[in-house]
Amino acid sequence: MSRNRIKQLVSTSFLASTMLAGAAFAQEKVLRIGMTAADIPRTHGQPDQGFEGNRFTGIPMYDSLTQWDLSSFDKASVVIPGLATQWAVDAADKTKWVFKLRPGVKFHDGSALTADAVVWNVEKVLKKDAAHFDPSQVGLTVSRMPTLRSARKIDDLTVELTTSEPDSFLPINLTNLYMASPAHWAAKLAAVPASVTDPAERAKQAWVAFASDPSGSGPFKGVRLQPRERFEMVANKSYWDPARTPKIDRVVLIPLADSNARTAALLSNQVDWIESPAPDAMPQIKSRGFTIYSNPQPHVWPWQLSFAEGSPWLDKRTRHAANLCINREELKGLLNGMMGVPKGTVAPDHPWWGNPTFDIKYDPASAKKLMNEAGYTAAKPMKVKVLTSASGSGQMQPVPMNEFLQQALKECFFDVELDVIEWNAVFTNWRQGAKDPAARGANAINVSFGTMDPFFAMVRFVSTKTFPPVSNNWGFFGTPEIDGLIATARSTFDDKARDGALANLHKRVVEEAPFVWVANDVGPRAMSAKVKGVLQPKSWFIDIAPMSID
Amino acid sequence: MLKYIAERILYTLPVAFGVSIVCFMLVHIAPGDPLTSILPPDASAQLQEEMRRIYGFDRPLPVQYGLWVLKVVQGDFGTSIATGRPVAMELGRALGNTLMLAVLATMIGFLFGGLFGFVAGYFRDSWVDRIASLISIVGVSVPHYWLGMVLVIIFSVQLNWLPATGAGPGGSADWVWDWAHVRHLILPAITMSVIPMGIVARTVRALVADILSQEFITGLRAKGLLDVGVFRHVVKNTAPTALAVMGLQLGYLLGGSILIETVFSWPGTGFLLGQAIFQRDLPLLQGAILTLAMIFVALNLLVDIVQSLLDPRVQRS
Repeated sequence: MSRNRIKQLVSTSFLASTMLAGAAFAQEKVLRIGMTAADIPRTHGQPDQGFEGNRFTGIPMYDSLTQWDLSSFDKASVVIPGLATQWAVDAADKTKWVFKLRPGVKFHDGSALTADAVVWNVEKVLKKDAAHFDPSQVGLTVSRMPTLRSARKIDDLTVELTTSEPDSFLPINLTNLYMASPAHWAAKLAAVPASVTDPAERAKQAWVAFASDPSGSGPFKGVRLQPRERFEMVANKSYWDPARTPKIDRVVLIPLADSNARTAALLSNQVDWIESPAPDAMPQIKSRGFTIYSNPQPHVWPWQLSFAEGSPWLDKRTRHAANLCINREELKGLLNGMMGVPKGTVAPDHPWWGNPTFDIKYDPASAKKLMNEAGYTAAKPMKVKVLTSASGSGQMQPVPMNEFLQQALKECFFDVELDVIEWNAVFTNWRQGAKDPAARGANAINVSFGTMDPFFAMVRFVSTKTFPPVSNNWGFFGTPEIDGLIATARSTFDDKARDGALANLHKRVVEEAPFVWVANDVGPRAMSAKVKGVLQPKSWFIDIAPMSID
Repeated sequence: MLKYIAERILYTLPVAFGVSIVCFMLVHIAPGDPLTSILPPDASAQLQEEMRRIYGFDRPLPVQYGLWVLKVVQGDFGTSIATGRPVAMELGRALGNTLMLAVLATMIGFLFGGLFGFVAGYFRDSWVDRIASLISIVGVSVPHYWLGMVLVIIFSVQLNWLPATGAGPGGSADWVWDWAHVRHLILPAITMSVIPMGIVARTVRALVADILSQEFITGLRAKGLLDVGVFRHVVKNTAPTALAVMGLQLGYLLGGSILIETVFSWPGTGFLLGQAIFQRDLPLLQGAILTLAMIFVALNLLVDIVQSLLDPRVQRS
């Protein structure tokens, strides 16, 4: 047999095997997604792995009372009705909310979504003596709706929710509470062997079984879980919203934490879509016919500054100078264009913008002037120590980005020391605050955050009630004026008026500059050209349901 | 012989106890919060305290250790904090995947390492020796994760011949020994085999060279034994040490390689350990380290016993 013949045979057999593997998928329209998560986000209704969990095992499989509008590319994503068609706060008692449920909604197991199901889902994380209470879902849920206390059925399609204090943010918070099927869980509980007698252990085993065979009311139904390897969902053709009834038959989620592994999987056609491709591989990905999607996300990559005694950032001029000394367009070039340039915590087209008088831009001359006025010069620079990580969720490219800042700020008389420690340790210190020994003497910390919700976008960083260890006001920033603005926003229940109050808060936060706002993530994702109908909104989330695949 | 085996097994008990203390303490003194995976960073202090109490992390360390050991001796490694699944189940699945990869890598490593070593040792100082030695040095020296990436770039990204990641088209749970699955095993197994191949080749080369220089070989040749016969004696004398080396290498490989398994997303023990470390999943981390350490101890024990069977001098010493 000639060498050419052998070569031909080998090539043919490889081609045949590839085609055979592909043929299995050709029968149905399958979308394979390489996630950045190292494991399949939890599938029982309250996903872990941050917002990537909500994106892939939350929104596709489950619905919430309120949900994000993911249908616009250029408008800010806002809260719209989900399983609740309308809601209102009680005029007499502002801690009580009434939600009207959408009629005719069924869970994947065929049971109906009723007020009882909503109460059951609130109690799964809030009522410790409930049979289905699951401690492992508490942390992932309760912190996202810190004031929610209980739920009560009024009638089959009306439910009352109670908060610990008047809180106009509740409808936004509720986008994080996904509705799992009580009937399906009860069936899983009944299947737990009778030899397991401890009620808590029975409930735990029922939840583990539920995670393998979940039932929500979303456009996709989970059908197969292989822990740490893959999760498969199939289309729910009887989904209640015709606009979101899936065109894709099956979605396969594959955890690929390493960006090079994800990129290789895409380029070798093992997946059709990857999240966050390796930045260096962007040109190659594009040259091979894949499409890169991106859009600024409600995300901030900042330095959060310390206001502890002795911190050099106590002088507002230094905070403004640092914000003015960064050429963000140049940084964007360093990241192959994969970042947004922030003007504050939210963008100027956002309802919470508020027209701050301090304009975040690149103006090194003004920055140097401010530094001189604050008493710093090239010969006497301001010492800054920043705690950061080498990687981490939402951290983009922390080391090269921080090194860029180090160089840039040197021009404006900042002497920046970077303290790069492990992500989990940075995260832990974020809760402990700048005064804790774990901060290692740092006067700034680099932890990125999401800005979809007013509490997580602003309140937790600027309220005197959220000093560590209560929440993430790491730098102990706060003023009576800002506390007052927060209180006003929280107790303003008309949506437009609440947004106006939040705009006032945002305006003052930007003017006071407790952050150096550096970048917004743009959520880059690369997809095969055969994936159609992709709309990447200004959100952490993306809706798979309207997509199709050739 | 039985007494020897019983003694060796007895020696493993204090080792197991020591390993359990070390792995428990190591994971607890590392910075970070074990509840990271189920508590977002904005969790309130009250919620954090509540969760610590529910998961038992509010108890003194000796109490936590005692409770953990008590469960472990009953075969209960606890539940993963991050996934809620039993640690034993997670470990069992990962061990199976790593075993498959490690055995194949060991076979490749032993086969080619032995071959290169024998050839190099038998034809010492010839060009064959130099080429074989060069290959073995490269094998030991090259960073295996780098080699893995290079193989992926060539065979997956450029040629599209072999898959870059995963353990089969339907995941490891559907594993069958057909081409669609085996092709997922090829690149990680080759990458993993490179270091043991280099180590075995160098060991065997030195052994063969040493044995060939001994007087009994001269005696055998003087008696008129042909090269094939001499070769048989060399193999027999080389086997115990080569086996011991290979046993240790298999032990290392069974621990999984965090880097290789991450590069190829191979769902084995190294991959599992990597995830447990980053998630600070203490029950999983403790269970995995203890199990892998005990496998290593057991393999050492097995190698000792097999060595003593092959070479009675080992037992006497």
